[in-house]
Amino acid sequence: MELYALTAHELSEKLIRREVSAREVTQSVLGRIASTEERVHAYVTVTESIALAQADAVDAARASGESVSPLAGIPIALKDNLCTTGIETTCSSKILRGFVPPYSATVVEKLEASGSVFIGKANLDEFAMGSSTENSAFGASHNPWDIGTVPGGSSGGSTAAVAAGEAIWAIGSDTGGSIRQPAAFCGVVGLKPTYGRVSRYGLIAFASSLDQIGPVTKDVRDAALLMNLISGHDSRDSTSIVRDVPDYTRALTGGVKGLKLGVPKEYFAQGVSPEVSASVRTAIDTLVSLGAIAEEISLPHSEYALPTYYILAPAEASSNLARYDGVRFGHRTARATNHVDLFEKSREEGFGPEVKQRIMIGTYALSAGYYDAFYLKAQKVRTLIKRDFDLAFEKYDAIIAPTAPTVAFKLGEVSDPLAMKLNDVLTIPANMAGIPAISLPCGFSDGLPIGLQLMAPNFGEETLFQIAYAYEQATRWHLGRAQL
Amino acid sequence: MTTTYEPIVGMECHAELLTESKMFCGCANAFGGAPNTRTCPVCLGLPGSLPTMNRRAVELVLRTALALHCEISLDCLFARKNYFYPDLPKGYQISQYDDPIGKSGYLDITLEDGRRKRIHIRRVHLEEDTGKLIHAGGNESEVDYNRSGVPLMEVVTEFPPDIESADEAKAYLEKLRSILIYLDVSDGKMEEGHLRAEPNLSIRPAGTSGVGVKTEIKNLNSFKSVYKGIEYELVRQSELLNAGEPVRQETLGWNDVSGETYHMRFKEEEQEYRYFPEPDLVPLHFETADIEAARADLPELPDAKRERFASQYGLREYDAGILTASRPLAAYFEEAAAGADPKAIANYVTGDLAKLLNASGQEITETKVTAAHLRELIMLRDGGKITNNSAKAVLAEMFETGEAPAVIVETRGLAAVSDDSAVAAEVDKALAASPEVVAKIKGGNEKSKGFLTGMVMKAMKGQARPDVVNRLIDERLAAL
Ligand SMILES: [Zn+2]
Repeated sequence: MELYALTAHELSEKLIRREVSAREVTQSVLGRIASTEERVHAYVTVTESIALAQADAVDAARASGESVSPLAGIPIALKDNLCTTGIETTCSSKILRGFVPPYSATVVEKLEASGSVFIGKANLDEFAMGSSTENSAFGASHNPWDIGTVPGGSSGGSTAAVAAGEAIWAIGSDTGGSIRQPAAFCGVVGLKPTYGRVSRYGLIAFASSLDQIGPVTKDVRDAALLMNLISGHDSRDSTSIVRDVPDYTRALTGGVKGLKLGVPKEYFAQGVSPEVSASVRTAIDTLVSLGAIAEEISLPHSEYALPTYYILAPAEASSNLARYDGVRFGHRTARATNHVDLFEKSREEGFGPEVKQRIMIGTYALSAGYYDAFYLKAQKVRTLIKRDFDLAFEKYDAIIAPTAPTVAFKLGEVSDPLAMKLNDVLTIPANMAGIPAISLPCGFSDGLPIGLQLMAPNFGEETLFQIAYAYEQATRWHLGRAQL
Repeated sequence: MTTTYEPIVGMECHAELLTESKMFCGCANAFGGAPNTRTCPVCLGLPGSLPTMNRRAVELVLRTALALHCEISLDCLFARKNYFYPDLPKGYQISQYDDPIGKSGYLDITLEDGRRKRIHIRRVHLEEDTGKLIHAGGNESEVDYNRSGVPLMEVVTEFPPDIESADEAKAYLEKLRSILIYLDVSDGKMEEGHLRAEPNLSIRPAGTSGVGVKTEIKNLNSFKSVYKGIEYELVRQSELLNAGEPVRQETLGWNDVSGETYHMRFKEEEQEYRYFPEPDLVPLHFETADIEAARADLPELPDAKRERFASQYGLREYDAGILTASRPLAAYFEEAAAGADPKAIANYVTGDLAKLLNASGQEITETKVTAAHLRELIMLRDGGKITNNSAKAVLAEMFETGEAPAVIVETRGLAAVSDDSAVAAEVDKALAASPEVVAKIKGGNEKSKGFLTGMVMKAMKGQARPDVVNRLIDERLAAL
């Protein structure tokens, strides 16, 4: 197998044994990009020279016997909403074209410190608003399993890069399913950690109370390893939580005997395709055969998660995106005659339609006279959704469900914004509750991957890894590679 | 027929807090310097940056809220106040809305006629300051973000307001300022914008109750302009109503040169702030024990100190008020008064020394006259070592040189003459030189004695003690 097709833990062993160099791994990935990127379009920016310099530095450190991280030298794709010192960071928006941050996100700093090789900035739906990566101002990304279909979104660039072998692993961000849904569509593993587990400092905000950075990988072991690198408290993010980071690979025991899984009936209801439903049911049977106990449960407020999300997320976004005013950075109109004009025209020219729509919805929801009926009510419903999970986790170790209602759809196929948003109906509840959730491959329908979702209580990432790893060991879905 | 109106004034005050660093980042909280030299991704509102709380700023606001007798919210949220302006980098200001740190407090003011009045305070909260827009000429503006994110405390009076005149507004501001300075919360400098006052004002027929349509005045940068602004608005609104025209709810600016307000915007033109809880900050929580510790840690405040000065030192209320207007002045007085006559010290501090300070533009902390030297001076005078006149001259020299009073008395030969024989000789000369005055006194005109006293004092060059002179004149007259 080509180097680019390997997992990070496989490459780590080869690098440590000096069977390969970081430069060779990086060149393999860059070669793959050269041959497939035109079709996949996973990246906004490929940082070839930076990647090679980082790889050479790792090789030199290893050669001189310096102590380096076992994971040093692995090429990684960073979603282009993570600030990177000296590297253009666009959020796939015209309004940030040309913005080169003077500082890096905490996660980026941590990765740099562990010898990561930054292969490029991955495409996304503009400001992470979307479920197909079609909303990128710099062109849609494509699903490596079928170039005519979408990779999902908003971290579609990150998942497409990993699925295509254009990165060994990647970082995404998940506000309403933006890691898990594209991971499901692209047949890779994606984790949304507990809110507060990973620092948000330097992640360009979409909806602050929901955003969380997480790993996109080829298998569960890589997800655990990448979480080891990026987790932990950060004094620069006051919502990050002071709590020790365990070695997540210790959760990869292979056993699930006696673990209790709740199967929420609402997650198999209308809108979920029969093929997705069947694959997930089969996956549950597999886990039961490994000794887990599965029982049907109800999360009655799940049906309100989507409308609630579409009040809260746009409300926060309308405020978070106010700073793009053409004054200090990013796009500035050439047609302004006064400062109000400067704001209005810069924003008019810089933002795409989906972003504008959400800013307007959010502004409306926060306006005097509507605040109580929309924002405040949505916050109350959010509390009820969270309580559903709290009650369920009193009896169950984890909840198991599909990640997305369907497999990847064709580019341009879903033009109705509401239909597009229904893609996230099964992933949004975990963001609303703040709990960790993982998606991993569990089958195919018409050659397109299906995702299995596991959710656990706050800081239950180890439970997720334990179950996901046991399932992975019992199946072969994670070994498939998209043919391009 | 014209109606006489009285104003009802609400006060919104902002004070920049004396912290080392800004509210949500590590940049220095300082003044001056080249534009945009104290900035970072956080206070520039760069994408991806996040605020972290300055605990010191929270402590200072808590301290103020306690000093203003507020209820403290054990859990308070920060909120985003959303509006667009070039000096506001994030497009929102992090402020407080529903649960300010302090609410329902008060402060008592003392008016010039000695009347006391309680002014109720609605809220004391913490927020961040904006940058500054600099008009660069033509159609160009520049923005300096050095001030962006500087911690700012807002103190708002209760509604309907208790303040009913420009005098009361001024007294309120002076009192608030002295409390903030006492607490080391703010330097209170209005001219430099470190303390800003925005009165809002409506009027009603004198003697009635209720409130009218209010206007808010901005750009007032001194006590005097606050006073003049309120007086001006009272007249302007009264004239409108007397002419049968309505007052419109609007924001006005103050032109200090013309002494007039001018229109800035009407209420309906104001942006809607769309407040909502700040998701980037966790709620602030106070433990009851922390609040009690902060309360116990409060310094003695102006009111308590004034009352203590009046009773402990037997001072007049008015003098006690002057001496407690600032903490350094009060400390100076107490040091000087230890072991000397407090009233005499008070008279000097509020009288001769105050005049010298005023004339030279010095603060009490800057004078060369130490409290110990002032005490010595008073003791020399009260012990009869120097006359009152000499004491004033010695003080003036102490003020210039910082020399000890005893040294000045010695080198200048200012020791009071208490030798009776020398004084008696001059008394005899004066009596001999003015037989007609002596006759007047003998005829019952006691007042004429002052003429003789004056002659003797003049002859003695002011170094005789008046009580000795008067006693000897009486003795000699009786013997005639
Ligand atoms: Zn700063």
